[in-house]
Amino acid sequence: MKKHNRRTRALLLALLTAALLLTIYLLGHLIQENAVTGSFLTARQPPSFAHPFGTDALGRDLLLRTVKGLSVSMTVGSAASVISAVIAVFVGIASAIGSRWVDSLINWVIDLVMGVPHTILIILISFALGRGLKGLLIGIAATHWCSLARLIRGEVLQLRSQQYVAVSRKLGKSSGWILIHHLLPHLVPQFFVGLVLMFPHAILHEASISFLGFGLPPEQSAIGIILSESMRYLSIGMWWSAVLPGATLVLIVLLIDRLGEHLRTILDPSSAQE
Amino acid sequence: MKGTFGRLVRIFLSYGVRILSLLLAVSIIAFVLVSASPIDPVQQYLIRLGTTVSPEQRTEIEAYWGVHQPPVQRYLHWLSELLKGNLGESSLYRRPVSDLIRERFLNSLTLMLCAWALSGVIGFFGGCVMGMCRDRLPDRILKRICYILSSVPTFWLGLIFLLVFSVRLKWFPIGFSSPVGVLSESVTLWQKTHHLILPALTLSLMSFSNIALHTRQKLIDVLNSEYVLFARARGENDWTILRRHGLRNILFPALTLQFASFAELFGGSVMAENVFSYPGLGSAVSAAGLNGDLPLLLGITLFSTLFVCVGNLIANLLYGVIDPRVREVGES
Repeated sequence: MKKHNRRTRALLLALLTAALLLTIYLLGHLIQENAVTGSFLTARQPPSFAHPFGTDALGRDLLLRTVKGLSVSMTVGSAASVISAVIAVFVGIASAIGSRWVDSLINWVIDLVMGVPHTILIILISFALGRGLKGLLIGIAATHWCSLARLIRGEVLQLRSQQYVAVSRKLGKSSGWILIHHLLPHLVPQFFVGLVLMFPHAILHEASISFLGFGLPPEQSAIGIILSESMRYLSIGMWWSAVLPGATLVLIVLLIDRLGEHLRTILDPSSAQE
Repeated sequence: MKGTFGRLVRIFLSYGVRILSLLLAVSIIAFVLVSASPIDPVQQYLIRLGTTVSPEQRTEIEAYWGVHQPPVQRYLHWLSELLKGNLGESSLYRRPVSDLIRERFLNSLTLMLCAWALSGVIGFFGGCVMGMCRDRLPDRILKRICYILSSVPTFWLGLIFLLVFSVRLKWFPIGFSSPVGVLSESVTLWQKTHHLILPALTLSLMSFSNIALHTRQKLIDVLNSEYVLFARARGENDWTILRRHGLRNILFPALTLQFASFAELFGGSVMAENVFSYPGLGSAVSAAGLNGDLPLLLGITLFSTLFVCVGNLIANLLYGVIDPRVREVGES
């Protein structure tokens, strides 16, 4: 590894992490829902060679359920963070180049969204949409754009005061041309890094809200649901049903977080020479 | 001093208006969301009632609850009752929502206050250690712990604590804020504390990494400054530098951050209270949502917004009034 510099190494690691995450995601999709059904003969077995994560109270294999749940989490997480990041870009740009009252209106809306604890707001939105995947997705997407929008607003404000933007304006270029050719290229790295860093938060919120019972229906495999079921069997010593799925979730979240850091190293021009 | 006082009044007034406008908006949004829900509160109420209800009785209940009135009229009615201090009656607990919130909030407040103070102290101390030992072993270990902790979901950490300390070691009870089957008057302070320790620990570990990493960064910024270089040249040792230059520069940002984190604290307490079946606002709000108890859901939403706004207000006051540098800039 010595002969590669930091950026090459970051690129390789990012690719490796992305491949690993994609594999888990695809594996989860390949597992059919009926493959996860179990029988009472195999119920409540501790981890063994046949069932590495053990089985739950209905005899379902927990490894299969966990992988399936992770892929559901990743779908919800990625969709919610993409929606959220797109909202953030639009809102951030509008707030920076719009008139004064647009800016203060957006600031007020951000204060509003930040003023209600996210968990409560997601519960409300999920309640409004009848507790399902859709409610969960919209709830998470509606609560996560604020900080990225603020970041992008600051970035655009800073870019607009640059000399080349002023020169461009004096040369008679329209605001739309400046937006597309000068501002957006700078926002691309912000967008992707913000997106990937939002991803773990979205997944954690998905798991939390499912755990509370507002997300997916209880018969589906989602990490939050597996863990909320496991709570009932904690006192009879089924430790594996709580520890292993949760630990896998933490591992995935950490991996995605690292992916975000690597992306930042690759995309940030100021670290190009390191 | 007069200038400071005037500024204080102005800040209070502008924040008062802001908080009121936010609360009003939250009440409208929450009401719209709840009204748009396909979940029928009357149906949920009847299911919980357990007895069969004739269609006439159902119509009577619907008329009593005003289900068929237009939403705007219902909202205005709710708002006018709210301004009189009447939040309605919880259909789940069959008690006035305001009483319920008051009682539950005391429980939640104890929990959140313990966790808040604990995470603040540990986080600040950890941040100082990390900043002083920058890039050395303690820093690297603590930083790794912080990153891992911020990727762990609150409820899972709670489950692990339950598993280790309650199920295996039997040091702590499994849930609730007091022993089961004991009258609330005869619960001792020790028993209450005993039931509080695990949830508070879980909650504080969640917000610990944020404050620690922030303090670390601030301390490193301070240590890179020229006045610290000069102090070092005068022969001050690490501890003196931390005491004379570090602490007074990093204490207020840390405190401000801690007050501004009330939203995460409340969100975390929802999770912690559900894992430990702790009877606070957090477990009430999820029960209200799952059972279609609209008055309680709306009441807690408003209350939590007020809670977060007060935290932000305190943070802004600390930032703008107590910190002399910001204050001078504001006055000139």
